[in-house]
Amino acid sequence: MPDLIEKKNAGIPAQRAESAAEPKPEKARSLGLDAWHDLRRRPIFIVSSLLILLLIAIAIAPGLFTSVDPRAGDLRNHYLSPPNYGHLFQADWFGYDGQGRSIYARVLYGARASVVVGICVTAGVTVLGGLTGMIAGYFGGWVDTLVSRITDIFFGIPLLLGALVILNAFTSRTVWSVVFALIALGWTQMTRVMRGSVITVKQADYVTAAKALGAGTFRILFKHILPNAIAPVIVVATIALGGYIATEATLSFLGIGLQDPTISWGIDINSAQKVIRTAPFALFFPAGMLSLTVLAFIMLGDAVRDALDPKLR
Amino acid sequence: MAEPILEVKDLVKHYPLHQGILFKKQVGAVKAVDGISFELHKGETLGIVGESGCGKSTLAKVLMNLERATSGQVLYKGEDISRLSGAALKAVRRNIQMVFQDPYTSLNPRMTVGDIIGEPFEIHPEVAPKGDRRKAVQDLLDVVGLNPEYINRYPHQFSGGQRQRIGIARGLALKPEVIICDEPVSALDVSVQAQVINLLEQLQKDFELSYMFIAHDLSIVRHISDRVGVMYLGRMVEIGSDEEIYEHATHPYTQALLSAVPVPDPTGREGRERIILSGDIPSPANPPSGCRFRTRCWKAEERCSTELPLLAVPEIGEGPAKHASACHFAAVREPLAAAS
Amino acid sequence: MTTVIEKAEPADRLTPGTPLLEVRDLHVEFKTRDGVAKAVNGVNYSVAAGETLAVLGESGSGKSVTAQTIMGILDMPPGRVTAGEILYRGQDMLKMSNEQRRRIRGRKIAMIFQDALSSLNPVLSVGYQLGEMFRVHEGASKKEAKAKAVELMDRVRIPAAAQRVDDYPHQFSGGMRQRIMIAMALALQPDLIIADEPTTALDVTVQAQVMDLLAELQAEYNMGLILITHDLGVVADVADKIAVMYAGRIVETAPVHELYKNPAHPYTKGLLRSIPRLDQKGGDLYAIKGLPPNLYKVPSGCAFNPRCDAATDLCRTEIPALHQVLDKDGAELEGRRSACHLWKETLHG
Repeated sequence: MPDLIEKKNAGIPAQRAESAAEPKPEKARSLGLDAWHDLRRRPIFIVSSLLILLLIAIAIAPGLFTSVDPRAGDLRNHYLSPPNYGHLFQADWFGYDGQGRSIYARVLYGARASVVVGICVTAGVTVLGGLTGMIAGYFGGWVDTLVSRITDIFFGIPLLLGALVILNAFTSRTVWSVVFALIALGWTQMTRVMRGSVITVKQADYVTAAKALGAGTFRILFKHILPNAIAPVIVVATIALGGYIATEATLSFLGIGLQDPTISWGIDINSAQKVIRTAPFALFFPAGMLSLTVLAFIMLGDAVRDALDPKLR
Repeated sequence: MAEPILEVKDLVKHYPLHQGILFKKQVGAVKAVDGISFELHKGETLGIVGESGCGKSTLAKVLMNLERATSGQVLYKGEDISRLSGAALKAVRRNIQMVFQDPYTSLNPRMTVGDIIGEPFEIHPEVAPKGDRRKAVQDLLDVVGLNPEYINRYPHQFSGGQRQRIGIARGLALKPEVIICDEPVSALDVSVQAQVINLLEQLQKDFELSYMFIAHDLSIVRHISDRVGVMYLGRMVEIGSDEEIYEHATHPYTQALLSAVPVPDPTGREGRERIILSGDIPSPANPPSGCRFRTRCWKAEERCSTELPLLAVPEIGEGPAKHASACHFAAVREPLAAAS
Repeated sequence: MTTVIEKAEPADRLTPGTPLLEVRDLHVEFKTRDGVAKAVNGVNYSVAAGETLAVLGESGSGKSVTAQTIMGILDMPPGRVTAGEILYRGQDMLKMSNEQRRRIRGRKIAMIFQDALSSLNPVLSVGYQLGEMFRVHEGASKKEAKAKAVELMDRVRIPAAAQRVDDYPHQFSGGMRQRIMIAMALALQPDLIIADEPTTALDVTVQAQVMDLLAELQAEYNMGLILITHDLGVVADVADKIAVMYAGRIVETAPVHELYKNPAHPYTKGLLRSIPRLDQKGGDLYAIKGLPPNLYKVPSGCAFNPRCDAATDLCRTEIPALHQVLDKDGAELEGRRSACHLWKETLHG
């Protein structure tokens, strides 16, 4: 066997100057960094991510934004209106709800349930759906048939009906039971996206090249296929995150999601609907926050898709 | 002649065609490679030419064990490697490597050049100890004519020719003895093709590599090959030294193929004689009976449809015309011989 | 190429030599997030009836962008024509209304693309797509259109045209699809055909069939043909004159025989030396060093200077004009120009 290292100087360095003649000016950067460079210049990305960062900060430490206890009711303030917009960030900024609790404080504290549900469900479906999709797409054959039929079955279940059935099985419903129900019903969406993406990627020559080198299945899946197939999953996940938050609110609104004393926008929207004529602000602020949050995630998803879409590169 | 490093015996690769959804029934097969035999010797370049659909890329995949052969043998130094799996297969992979056609899809866009060229060492840790790997990768970059400082860059920062060099470096990393080049320059610009061909030739000299060089460009194949095999519809129709094939072709398909190549010289173009084949290549799922080329051949007779011509040295005179050709009527085409 | 063509009267019948198209000082650039790519930087060429102009260049040389600009099918934005004229029979197409241009496109100037499969609509039969031209442009009835489609398919020698007229594009082989594209381009008997790498996707034996067909039809109708390709072999077979492009500029123009015999630009010279020959078995190939230029950062002076063996300081600072090439006695060589400061040395040295 000829020794590569020994012989490397055998007449080739002369050629090196040729191909090295025009080093590209820019620094080394990965596609991820490239996407980041692209994203930084999109106003829609900046606006949506600032909103989301603010929301996450509120969810982690609502006490930083208000000193009022969201559960402290004072019936003297029963639907006290109109909200006094002059009292920025004060308890009565958004007005009071039926039990005389500060709507401002409740909107802030309600963010936590929404963000936890959104993030946990998204993480759960991405991991579960991503893995099943990757396995189905890569191995094909009967594995693919089995996984695909299972996803088809789950696709046939109406979300609300399914959630109703699952959540009714819990005696006390917490954030985690809602998360569980939404993951159980939502993972198949990611399976489909991942499966399609993997089927495209696994035909690439670099996967063949890795096989020719003798790479094992694990290496091929996690070093070659996953990093190249994940982009559409990230996009769908970002957009879906907003959807999960909306679904949590819907379930809570219908009374099958979170329950008092947990604070959730859905619960507040539910209790405010009875007084929509007399105290519209009680509905407006939790509903407005919900819409804004969902919109922020959808906008982020759009921006991420544009940045990751290889066709536009 | 010394023992061949790679010997292919009666290799067959059929892709079954199924019908029915639940109970799949085989209704036929695409005969991509249908009984091919040849030898590859140490330090030699064997060119394989043929048009799209002739099975040359399938042949490469079967030799690389990326597809299982339906039947036949691939002997590496006398050992049949076509049935290997697991650790034994992994060990053989060190000796036979591949360079791909498309430099844009054959490199993982999410890995740095260092990771791409270093991956063979991670898969086969015994080749280079962990501490030496970065150095080994830089040496490989140097060998293929790239700046070793590019180790942390990503493939998209390189041009097509540079990417192909990266692919070649990856193929060299395990110090293989055989490299299968599947159309390694056809995706490159004309002015860059020559650079890559020269590099391949230089590497062959330095590391005593054996190449199987698959291409559709007959001029490039002639330039780089010692021997040339011509494929048509899954079968080898003619094989011989470059002079035997290019100057004394005896198979009508080879003659047609050669005459169709546009010559980059307008002198005398009006008078140039050219065999224009009629029709298209038949489907490999349903090849013609007997000689596969007979549907497009001007020499075809009754016998060609019933009797499959074997790849054998025909009884015609002496000299370079005497080389293996799979035609019942093998003969040097006169004007072609006169012109050379 | 060098002579300025006088405005020609539109003629109904094409007589060989009638000037058809002239591109003057065309500049096209693309604005992308990485900056401005100058794809075409002052291209001049012309083609007359019965003449074949080959535009030779590698990827990024601007040869296809020029053709797309002529056809008016360039994506704008990001593309933008910053200067120049495209004269069709003396009229500047860049100043025409969309309606006027549409009337020329397809009727007077037709284009053949490299990838015939993606240029044909997969859900419509070939006969329908061919007949569409006659229905839309000439108001033919369905029956007439189909009859004409069969006639066209016959003309491009598709076997059993009458039976195959209702087949869909995927039922044809690559070579047959390219014939259908040619039939489509010919349908309205255009003056000029622009063929962008028409045979690059085809096998050599099929390539020979298609090029033969194209040449034959061109001779029959006396059309002008602009053949855009990177293949020096195909060019040598069919071209009358050649324009070699590099980094968005024409670097050399010459009649075909003279270009191959004695190139006047180092790039052309290098290309001709670097291709392996079918009839020669050589040792080391000559290789042009370096890489094709980055259009965002074209080298100053002559764009080819970093790859040129003969480059001087002048080459690195001053963009060479497209010089008229003279023979050894100082007489002008007709149709020969070279954008090299050292054309004399290249040609005669």
